[in-house]
Amino acid sequence: MEEKVKNITTEEQQEYVINMGPQHPSTHGVLRLVVSLKGETVKSVQPHIGYIHRGIEKMCESITYPQVIHLTDRMDYLSAHINNEAVCLAVEKALEVEISDRIKVIRTLMSELTRIQSHQLWWASFGMDLGGLTCFFYGLRDREKILDIFEETCGSRMIVSYNCPGGVMYDLHPDFAKKVKEFIRYFRKILPEYNQLLTGNVIFHERSKGIGNLSLEDAISFGITGPSGRASGFSCDVRKHEPYSAYDRVTFKEILYTQGDTYHRYVARIEEMWESMNIIEQLIDNIPEGPFAVKMKPVIKLPEGEYYQRVETARGELGVYVISDGNKNPYRVKFRSPNFVNLSVLNHIAKGFKIADLVAIGGSLDLVIPDIDR
Amino acid sequence: MDKIQLGDFLISLDKDLEIKEGKQFTEVSVPPEKLYSLARMLREREEVQFDFLYCLSGVDYGQDLGVVYHLRSTVYDHSVVLKTRTSDREKPQLDSVSDIWKTADFQEREVFDLLGIKFTNHPDLRRLFLDSTWGFPLRKDYADDINIVTK
Repeated sequence: MEEKVKNITTEEQQEYVINMGPQHPSTHGVLRLVVSLKGETVKSVQPHIGYIHRGIEKMCESITYPQVIHLTDRMDYLSAHINNEAVCLAVEKALEVEISDRIKVIRTLMSELTRIQSHQLWWASFGMDLGGLTCFFYGLRDREKILDIFEETCGSRMIVSYNCPGGVMYDLHPDFAKKVKEFIRYFRKILPEYNQLLTGNVIFHERSKGIGNLSLEDAISFGITGPSGRASGFSCDVRKHEPYSAYDRVTFKEILYTQGDTYHRYVARIEEMWESMNIIEQLIDNIPEGPFAVKMKPVIKLPEGEYYQRVETARGELGVYVISDGNKNPYRVKFRSPNFVNLSVLNHIAKGFKIADLVAIGGSLDLVIPDIDR
Repeated sequence: MDKIQLGDFLISLDKDLEIKEGKQFTEVSVPPEKLYSLARMLREREEVQFDFLYCLSGVDYGQDLGVVYHLRSTVYDHSVVLKTRTSDREKPQLDSVSDIWKTADFQEREVFDLLGIKFTNHPDLRRLFLDSTWGFPLRKDYADDINIVTK
């Protein structure tokens, strides 16, 4: 009997199971991670999701295509514009509608602004997760400037719903180009400050370098896309491989690293902000003239068949798979959401690291919970 | 490989495969019992190397339940779509491909959760979004008198 008690209390035999979430500050939403620990070392992470499952795919089956667009905003709310674009492109592909250059350029500009503001918010909250509260204020201060630009043109700040099949809802605000150029000038000066504040920080290096390694083989097998995948050397940028909108007429670099740790997932996003600014600068000076929307039929019915459209959101590859039976409602819509797939790797890469590292690893995957649950 | 070469290659694997040239992808319909072996061949054969399963969707076709696999090769940058369906609505069963592509682990759990298709040999097949008292909402015959508003 005595021996038994002894056995249980020896450190090797103890395994704690703790709940991280659903209301944990570092999960940025209602995500519950059941973490098994031995001492402080993570043995396994089981994500429990579905707290905000709204059944968007089921809802899509009973509404029309223009209405579907407004639901996609609510998936990854930080890439709202890019999600809209994916559905619009799928509808336009199915109907074989040619859209004008102006629309393509407007969409690309808006997408890249969306990407920058998403990465800013990610940087802000990632810094905060690791204990650098100042990052949060820097990031959100600069993000406001982009949201103000959105507000002027789209009438809304975050959930923009600016795209519609055949174009965009409204024309650009007369001040749009001026404001964007002003912002780029400003942000080119500010972004090095981000690096001074966090990227070069010794404590930050200690907490992120060599943590949560993901090999290239696993990145492909798990289907990890976006900056998280590219940090492992997985060349998966849809803007390069299958250019849509105006990405075929701009030059930009696909950010690739091979190390695949938390630090390089971080650097990949910082570098992407530079690239996004490059893309915007190439387009902002000569936005073509023309109508901002093609006239579509009042009731949009897709011809019978299947359509797949993928776009690059701030977090990875979003796929929209539409099956149409010829009616005004889709028969089935599947959203291949990048966050859902990226979450699946968490158990694999967090194993063997400390519980405090789990926060850093989770932050570096940049998860947005409504996109996981849909 | 372009679409024609890919079609020829698929035929050389199995003459009975039903291959359709879609506008976007080459679509292959495969019976459930052949699914796993074909998936393994597509992953492992040097000529094709479909190593990236980027979308796995469950579909209710009315009579049948089916699963659609969108595959791409990161080496050759070509794509193919695998389709399989089963007519058993009571106890639908398919083979899991989660040991070939690790991403299938979560995506198959989602299909199980929303459509009720069981995947044999899946390491951890549990409900994902909903709890076990729910039906399978993505099925066309799913009825929920309280939450679904019908016109």
